[in-house]
Amino acid sequence: MLHAGHTHLLHFHLELGQPTRYDFACELRWLHSEIQALAASIGETESQVVSPDRARLALSTVGLGRRFGDRTAFENVSFDVTVGEVFGFLGPNGAGKTTLVRTLSTLIVPTSGSAIVAGVPLSPEHGEEIRGRIAVMPESPGLYLRLSIRENLECFADLYGVCSAASRVDGVLEAVGLASRARDLCGLLSKGMRQRVAPARALLSEPQLLFLDEPTAGLDPVASRDVHDLIGELRQRGVTIFLTTHRLEEAERLCDRVAILNTTLQTIGRPNELREQLFATTLAIQTLSPLLDRGRVFTGLPSVTGWREDGPQHYVLTVTDPVVAAPATARALVAAGADIISMAEERASLEDVYLKLIDGKREGGHE
Amino acid sequence: MKVRVRRVRAIFRKELREFRRRPSIIFAMSAIPVIFLIQPLVVAFGLTASAAGPIGHEHLLLYLLGIPALTPVLIAAYAVVGEREQGTLEPMLTTPVRRNEFVLAKALASLLPSVGVAYLVFAGFVACIALFTNPAVASAVLHWPQILAQVLFTPLIAAWTIWIGMFISAKSNDIRVSQQLGMLASLPAVVVIALVAFNIIPATPSLALCYAAALVLFDVLGWGAVSLAFNRERLVIGTR
Repeated sequence: MLHAGHTHLLHFHLELGQPTRYDFACELRWLHSEIQALAASIGETESQVVSPDRARLALSTVGLGRRFGDRTAFENVSFDVTVGEVFGFLGPNGAGKTTLVRTLSTLIVPTSGSAIVAGVPLSPEHGEEIRGRIAVMPESPGLYLRLSIRENLECFADLYGVCSAASRVDGVLEAVGLASRARDLCGLLSKGMRQRVAPARALLSEPQLLFLDEPTAGLDPVASRDVHDLIGELRQRGVTIFLTTHRLEEAERLCDRVAILNTTLQTIGRPNELREQLFATTLAIQTLSPLLDRGRVFTGLPSVTGWREDGPQHYVLTVTDPVVAAPATARALVAAGADIISMAEERASLEDVYLKLIDGKREGGHE
Repeated sequence: MKVRVRRVRAIFRKELREFRRRPSIIFAMSAIPVIFLIQPLVVAFGLTASAAGPIGHEHLLLYLLGIPALTPVLIAAYAVVGEREQGTLEPMLTTPVRRNEFVLAKALASLLPSVGVAYLVFAGFVACIALFTNPAVASAVLHWPQILAQVLFTPLIAAWTIWIGMFISAKSNDIRVSQQLGMLASLPAVVVIALVAFNIIPATPSLALCYAAALVLFDVLGWGAVSLAFNRERLVIGTR
């Protein structure tokens, strides 16, 4: 009996040119755990109608929160992550990102709210089942330094109950480009190399949901690029990824959607949508000499809602649709006898969005 | 308690590989038992045949049961808090491994070298007595029931010490504190053994069986207690 997860596994082996061995004992154990999880989720949700959309969710939280005494790590966090999505979680240090990942990976018990992780309700009694379906790559790789790369992976393959462990270890080593270093002790590897072993370990169990907690923290640009490439490959392979980071360019480059957390969820959406929600699109214009009658030139143009000077011969137009506004503005400038040096659409970056939300809250908090 | 053998084996094998790559751990374990041997060996080598008689009424060999009470302390006390300080505990806790499987694997991995060292030291002691002391002294010291008791009680006492060490390790936030407390906690067992060896607590076959049964019970209860003390959240967050 094969299901989507298994066809994916077989595909993974074939793709890497590894011989595929079918372990029926392992299959039966897996099937047993699937049935148990299904029974558990039916028990939890028997009063709810599960829509097809919800069935495609890899992760769903409702009002999730965790307090440590008087201190709130995070509260009222609600979001959904669909299967195959790369979901970024941004926030400043101490915003509760790591605590949230630890909560979702069953290491910490939430004090409020609920969640469904990889199809299983988040609760202490389902901890083992959830941990079997997810993988977590913490900020620090946490490798056994006196063991070789292969020995580290073999240990975790056994802990996850991976079928055909030896060939799977070979497969993930190939996938992260460490096959030739498999016998090297982890203690002898550079930090960047160790950071590549951690995703290999996370991939061993073919997780339905992969948590990456600050995967490039402390890495140099080359090692960071390698990790980004690896995340890109995982994305193409359809792995659902939950990425926490405070590197905004990383989130913008890798994530389909991002959420910004600062104890509470500040916003959630696609990077483009967030920009559009919080910032107007602008056209930046530079002319050779100052315009004599600026108001007359810029007023009444289609899609232009406002304008301001940004230094001598520099003008910034607020527009609703740059495709309509740019040609009309160029025609108006030429008609007014202006020599245009440059005209460019300016878009707010995710960093602008982030700073507006986080700094805005900080300023609000001081008031 | 439900246990998946494959997971226990994975952690057990990982631990043994780490010991193999760092033989100094085993040498450090052997240091205390070797020191433990000096006093009885000096006494035995200095005895004449005529003085051997009174020794026959004591249980000198049982004194060596103090060895398994001391050898596993350091590695057992390191087991949990050491992984935590290395940063390897959190990745391990995110796998499906259950806490009773984790602590059982760690305990078995501590037990194997501890029992091995204790048996080796004991065998060395017996060989020294048999080969290098007066035959009358050798026959006064070496009694088969005591040798049998040593073989039987060594793993039971070592396991008990391991559970105490691991309990402290699971509750502690610092390796040094854990190892010092572990060493202190193992001393009562050494005192009881010394009292038996010096005949203050009588050592009869029936009592030995009672002690063995009690130790088996304590070892099983110890597994449960350490499993309960092993709290994922506290270990990850680091609060007491």
